[in-house]
Amino acid sequence: MQTIIYILPELFLSIAIMTFLMLGVFIKNSYKLINLLTILSLIFSIVLVLNNRGELVKIFNESYILDDFSAFMKVLTLIFSSFILLSSKDYVKINGIDKIEYPIIILASTLGMMLMISSYDLIVFYLGLELQSLCLYILASFKREDEKSTEAGLKYFVLSALASGLLLYGCSLIYGFTGSTNFEIISKNLNQTNTAAIFGIVFVMVGLAFKVSAVPFHMWTPDVYEGSPTSVTSFFALIPKIAALSVFIRFMYVPFINVMSQWQTIIIFLSIASMILGAVAAIGQNNIKRLMAYSSIGHMGYALAGICTGTNEGIQSTIIYLTIYLVMNLGAFGCIFMMKRENIFYENINDLSGLSKNHPILSFGFLIVLFSLAGIPPLAGFFAKFYVFMAVIESGMYALAIIGLITTVVSAFYYLRIIKIIYFDKSKKPFDDNYDWGLKSTLILSSILILIYFIYPSILTDVISSIAVY
Amino acid sequence: MNFPILSAVTFIPLIGAVFIFINRGAEKIVEKNSKYVAIFSSLANFFLALFIWFSFDTSTADFQFVEERTWINGFINYQLGIDGISILFILLTTFIAPICIFSGISSIKFKIKEFLIAILVMETLMIGVFCSLDLVIFYLFFEAGLIPMFLIIGIWGGPKRVYSAFKFFLFTLLGSVLMLIAIISIYWITGTTDVIKLLDIRIEQQYQYLLWLAFFSSFAVKLPMWPVHTWLPDAHVEAPTAGSVILAAILLKMAGYGFIRFSLGLFPVASDYFTPLIFTLSIIAVIYTSLVALMQDDMKKLIAYSSVAHMGFVTIGIFSLNKQGLEGSIIQMISHGLISAALFLSVGVLYDRYNSRMISSYGGLVNIMPKYAFAFMIFVLAALGLPGTSGFVGEFLVLVGAFQKNILVAVLASLGIILVAAYMLWLYRRVVFGKIGNSEIKEMPDINKTEVYILGSLVFLILFFGVYPQPLFTTVDVSINNLINKYESNILFHLALTKN
Repeated sequence: MQTIIYILPELFLSIAIMTFLMLGVFIKNSYKLINLLTILSLIFSIVLVLNNRGELVKIFNESYILDDFSAFMKVLTLIFSSFILLSSKDYVKINGIDKIEYPIIILASTLGMMLMISSYDLIVFYLGLELQSLCLYILASFKREDEKSTEAGLKYFVLSALASGLLLYGCSLIYGFTGSTNFEIISKNLNQTNTAAIFGIVFVMVGLAFKVSAVPFHMWTPDVYEGSPTSVTSFFALIPKIAALSVFIRFMYVPFINVMSQWQTIIIFLSIASMILGAVAAIGQNNIKRLMAYSSIGHMGYALAGICTGTNEGIQSTIIYLTIYLVMNLGAFGCIFMMKRENIFYENINDLSGLSKNHPILSFGFLIVLFSLAGIPPLAGFFAKFYVFMAVIESGMYALAIIGLITTVVSAFYYLRIIKIIYFDKSKKPFDDNYDWGLKSTLILSSILILIYFIYPSILTDVISSIAVY
Repeated sequence: MNFPILSAVTFIPLIGAVFIFINRGAEKIVEKNSKYVAIFSSLANFFLALFIWFSFDTSTADFQFVEERTWINGFINYQLGIDGISILFILLTTFIAPICIFSGISSIKFKIKEFLIAILVMETLMIGVFCSLDLVIFYLFFEAGLIPMFLIIGIWGGPKRVYSAFKFFLFTLLGSVLMLIAIISIYWITGTTDVIKLLDIRIEQQYQYLLWLAFFSSFAVKLPMWPVHTWLPDAHVEAPTAGSVILAAILLKMAGYGFIRFSLGLFPVASDYFTPLIFTLSIIAVIYTSLVALMQDDMKKLIAYSSVAHMGFVTIGIFSLNKQGLEGSIIQMISHGLISAALFLSVGVLYDRYNSRMISSYGGLVNIMPKYAFAFMIFVLAALGLPGTSGFVGEFLVLVGAFQKNILVAVLASLGIILVAAYMLWLYRRVVFGKIGNSEIKEMPDINKTEVYILGSLVFLILFFGVYPQPLFTTVDVSINNLINKYESNILFHLALTKN
């Protein structure tokens, strides 16, 4: 029973989910209370996770791992989930999706992601994945009476089920040819000559690439991002990426490390394709959520570039990239939450026209976030790219680095386009300025973090430098 | 010295910008306060830079006032320091910035607070470029300048401002990302990005060519050199006067400085190898852009093309790789900084009064604005390199340097000087002499007090350095000698390596 201590955060979250469901049933109109309790329980789980860190433990027959890497990723998941709940409060209320299930489902999906992050066994991994996916299907279609939202949910469900099926098939192939579901035993039994198992690896990678929305498995992203309620979109853009990327890293560096030459080319392809598509396809978008979808595809391309190096620096650079990506996207979605006039939310880029005249502070925040997404120094987004390309060039992949940096120039174009609309165009009717404090503080915090990150960049690298997966 | 004086000179404008940013209250008072803060911080910075110049030791080629602090643990240090070359550019920057602020205050009509913030941030970044002694820090300052400049062109610019701002941003960014790859590669090849250490490390010959080209792509866009110069006329024409002044006077010099500090210092063999390329491009720039300038109707565009031609002289001087050439190119950069600023301000004076940059709108100004005509004459003559102005010193030395290296280049470059004289004098004749072509301009007032001070100070410096350039020479002399010695010993070293 000693081991229970190690899964306290997960246990606590599951108990919280059940309790909140009960509470929601028995107390009427309790959305506000439950939302608050959800945020508090997320924050409390951070404490529990941090309490366990520092030692490497494998529990439950070595099917569940707790190390620095999983602790860091879990903390990221929890922090950003609570920020999303905090910043989308107004949106949820105005759009009539303030039902008790909303925060509870987010909590459940967070739990699923924590299981994914810590999984050290194919079955545990798949359980976690399905838990979070099921919650995401519901979230995407949460605005039931809205056609687009329903469509998004259905689309995501169908495609994601297919991807999960492929992934499961891959898992079964791997199990069949290595004789175990445990990551370490797989790693021992897997070698280059085992062609069928290699097929399994490819299937698993397809499933994972779908989850991080890497090209060519990205088709669902723009539609789902556009169709879902914005609060859910912001959740989609941030949290599942943490879990999916950490599983990606874990898979490549633990069970599949011996066949690196096989998966390396695949990831390089995924990375280059995502970077190029993310840069080119976003240029024509007028809906800001679709644009963010393509932008996140591009960003995942850069994150994958770190993974494909096969070095510890590569992993660390990916983690740094992910962390900074989360902060930037939190800021960007914070700005999108503010695009409302008389309680109607706007999503077209042209609605931002001349924002700088009426909302100088908001526009400045948006400016910082966008330049940072474009990767212009001295903002945080530059450092994210810098670390990734450090790792990439260290491994001698100059072609990847050059393509990657040229796509940043292309993608700079569409970020600049938004800045142009905000700063250079004629102003329209002002937006409402009665934001709640949660949204305001989220936006201010993220833009300040992005802006002053350059003063002391060691703060992140010091934490991450202790992380190693193998 | 313990006081971080270089950090101070770099970040004082930024502190001023922060003050302006957090300044809240009634609009008029905020505007007034912002103006005072901007003027005060930029002038204070100028005097601080002067103080640094006076306490600068011209007898040593080592970097002075060096500051070092850990920045990213075990990887990059925040390191600043100056030598005889960079101090001159810092002086130029701190001198031009207050001029831009004065000019902006009188000609910018809206969002003046934001404008001043942008100019001050720009000043910080430009000074940072000249002081930084670490490649990554250098890149940071070099690239970050895109943000305020993009906003300056885009918000306060002319009718085609959006196109120009985008072109400027994307051209420069594309050039620079290749430099970033080169910087990272240098780190993995040598294990450091510290410039002082790198100047003593001899990077292997095989790497030098590609690295040189990567740096070249960035500097060539920024300078700008011939095939990639097309962003410059657009950006200059659309930018507000102060923006054009910053662009022409300082931003272009960052590339020239980069050539001297990094291309020559870090990749001597490649610099030697690619000299013909540079010479060809520079000669094309000098002659072709001068011919283009002859045909312009727009004064700002004409001056923009003349900038490309003048920067062509700078690259010829740098890659002559001898003392006269290098010193000439540095003097040429400083004097072009003053002259182009002065010319753009002169156009700005006219534009503020009559809202037109077309040459054909004016004519016979000497009758209406005699003071202006006098100042403009000095600037035009300086631009074409008349002896007695600072323009002459630089161009002459560059030609002397080029003559030692390659006679053909020197001859062709001198041909360029004739062309410069042609279009500059023609511009002056059409704008200032002749009949008053347009009855509406009859009412234009002569330059006011602020403009007298701004233009007057530029006239003074241009004539002063034309007659007595000695202070500039004493400052750069030792550093240039050291640079050339290092360069030559490096070349010999690599020659010996290839022979074995």
